Amino acid sequence: MNEKRRKFLKIAGLSAVAGLGAPSAFNLLLKGEVHASSSAVNADPHATAKAVAPTGKRLGMAIDINKFAKDKDLAQRCINACHSIHNVPDYGNPKDEIKWIWTDKFENVFPDHSQYKKNDALHKMDIVTLCNHCNNPPCVRACPTKATFKNLETGAVLMDFHRCIGCRFCMAACPYGARSFNWRSPREMDKDGNYKFIKHVNLEFPTRMRGVVEKCNLCSERLAEGKEPACVEACRPTDAMVFGDLNDPNSPISKLLNDKFSIQRKPALGTLPSVFYII
Amino acid sequence: MLYDKVKIIPGLVVFIGLVTFPIWFNVISGKATPAPVPEKSLIAKECVEPTQFMRTSHMQLLNTWRDDIVRTGGTRKGTTANGTEYVRSLQKGCMKCHASKVKFCDTCHNYAAVKPYCWDCHIQPKEII
Repeated sequence: MNEKRRKFLKIAGLSAVAGLGAPSAFNLLLKGEVHASSSAVNADPHATAKAVAPTGKRLGMAIDINKFAKDKDLAQRCINACHSIHNVPDYGNPKDEIKWIWTDKFENVFPDHSQYKKNDALHKMDIVTLCNHCNNPPCVRACPTKATFKNLETGAVLMDFHRCIGCRFCMAACPYGARSFNWRSPREMDKDGNYKFIKHVNLEFPTRMRGVVEKCNLCSERLAEGKEPACVEACRPTDAMVFGDLNDPNSPISKLLNDKFSIQRKPALGTLPSVFYII
Repeated sequence: MLYDKVKIIPGLVVFIGLVTFPIWFNVISGKATPAPVPEKSLIAKECVEPTQFMRTSHMQLLNTWRDDIVRTGGTRKGTTANGTEYVRSLQKGCMKCHASKVKFCDTCHNYAAVKPYCWDCHIQPKEII
């Protein structure tokens, strides 16, 4: 009797140990495997600097700083063209400012570049900047409602304003400040029944409402009609902004970028911007 | 057995009469709100879908257009049953035919007491009075 019980307890104990131990041993082995493969990926430190596999279209822009330096008004003309076409309100107050395309100082646009001994003219210059339509957009990951998304056919980062709940996670996520929030209604009227903040109303395009985030849409509505983006068109006849498919090696923009030295905004963040600056 | 029959039954009759007052008052006086008659398009002879479908499901249709165009790069042009081309857009499509929001949209929406928020963002055509 005693002996039988002793045997039983031994077997039960052993099988318990085996049962508990086997899965964790198995996990350990699996983990080792995962570790090996992930370290293989990390072995290439230039992975983010390289172009992503060219699948489908990836529309991008090349901005020639020199041409903007020659024509001081050009930047403002681009801004006016874009903002009037898209009914972007001007609240006349930098805290409420809505911007789809805007200018900023070189050191603010390229803060990760060394500013020491930088060319004086470049330092003082206003650089045109807009949404980078990143290939790896952090704003899209942050959006809880999928109001902002990457259009896989053009590579543009777009918004469905109907769906935006105004949580502003995307504004926190965007490292370029390309998104603006409507703190007040863009549709406020004056005494005569005109919009206070939208000087020239484009009846073909909607406005936004209070509590919605907005940004550059790469003129998707114009591209659908076979037109160029408004800012690119405003630069005509100069080629100060070149627009096209970055994945097509024969497109004008690809050829231009192949020819000239260009930089991107905050490349180290790995967002893979589609807007390039020719310095 | 129902106690106080004399009080309860006439009471019920009065109660039902009062509750249904709006209905029979409208019937007797003939002042019932007439069904709304939205202004028909002055330009086109047919809409993008049959009238009955548009009456009941235009909101779903608009949502479909939006999702198709904005998200999946769908076409911006459509054709009616008789082959007329139209733009799948509220501002650039619908309102080109139905040029007055007051005479078209608002007639039914006011009747049905619904307040769609289309015009919080979309710009209505200028009303010609």
